[in-house]
Amino acid sequence: MNVFKFFRRGGSAPVARERLQILLAHERKASGQPDLLNILREEILAVVAKHISLDPDRVRISMDRGDPVSVLEVDIEIPNKFDMPKSGAA
Amino acid sequence: MGKVLVVTSGKGGVGKTTTTAALGAALAQAGETVVVVDFDVGLRNLDLVMGAERRVVFDLINVIQGVAKLSQALIRDKRLETLWLLPASQTRDKDALTEEGVRQVIAELRERFDWVICDSPAGIERGAILAMRYADAAIIVTNPEVSSVRDSDRIIGMLDSKTERAENGSRIDKHLLITRYDAGRAQRGEMLSIDDVLEILSTPLLGIIPESQDVLRASNVGAPVTLANQLSGAGRAYAEAARRLQGESIAMTVPNQKRGLFDKLFGRRAA
Repeated sequence: MNVFKFFRRGGSAPVARERLQILLAHERKASGQPDLLNILREEILAVVAKHISLDPDRVRISMDRGDPVSVLEVDIEIPNKFDMPKSGAA
Repeated sequence: MGKVLVVTSGKGGVGKTTTTAALGAALAQAGETVVVVDFDVGLRNLDLVMGAERRVVFDLINVIQGVAKLSQALIRDKRLETLWLLPASQTRDKDALTEEGVRQVIAELRERFDWVICDSPAGIERGAILAMRYADAAIIVTNPEVSSVRDSDRIIGMLDSKTERAENGSRIDKHLLITRYDAGRAQRGEMLSIDDVLEILSTPLLGIIPESQDVLRASNVGAPVTLANQLSGAGRAYAEAARRLQGESIAMTVPNQKRGLFDKLFGRRAA
């Protein structure tokens, strides 16, 4: 057992290398557009607010990056007494 | 017109200050005029590694705020006539560094020296950004270890976006310096190899500095390792990296540590 272990000892570098490659692939994508989520948030808010009055603080947007797909989650809370369609400046 | 280098890494403790001192001394030994500039405001250490800690009167912040002239703050090395140090302030906070102030000081240094080597603080905050801001070239110091490589990747991204050169649409030269490398461990698959790091960071290699006891010994006595022990593995590797900076093409050797018979038989590693 111990002799086996002795000869197979080490070999953690390939693991390090693979972990780094996966991690950095994601981080580089994210840093390409650091403000992507904020831009999405603003634009989605603007579109929704055209039709429904909403509280901008009750909007959550998150991006879950994964392999093979990433998930963009938009969570908008709408007050129960919403008026639809929005009329004028109200 | 001199060349402005920034020595940077993101992660702390990988050897930025050691590298700044060693390369500065090696270039000065080759007859170039060199100034090493400490940007680590509040945590200065380049003065200590250079052995000039008791000669600091004025610092970078004093010059930026107009309290002292540049010539009053520059400290000439006692061993090498063409090597100078501009220390950081130990008492001020890093907000005392202004972009305009740094720009002016760097411009003035560039006029007076062949090489201006900026020792960046760790991190990605204001001090690190200002250290790289006006650089022509960057030396990214990386240990063959996951957190260092990840932080180097981050810093490389910042060099391509936050420097004046990047904003003007030109490129900043990037050189990777791998420090604390243990060839034996890499060969046994216990440590990321040079090829692994190069493939991940895809940045040209400036040199490989072996893990070496001489680095600590040199900093103990306040001498750049290229002066303290020119024949050591680290000293030789830094000297070769300096020659590459000067444009020489030298074959990239992976410096081997000299191991005695005793170490070979019983020791895990010599360094």
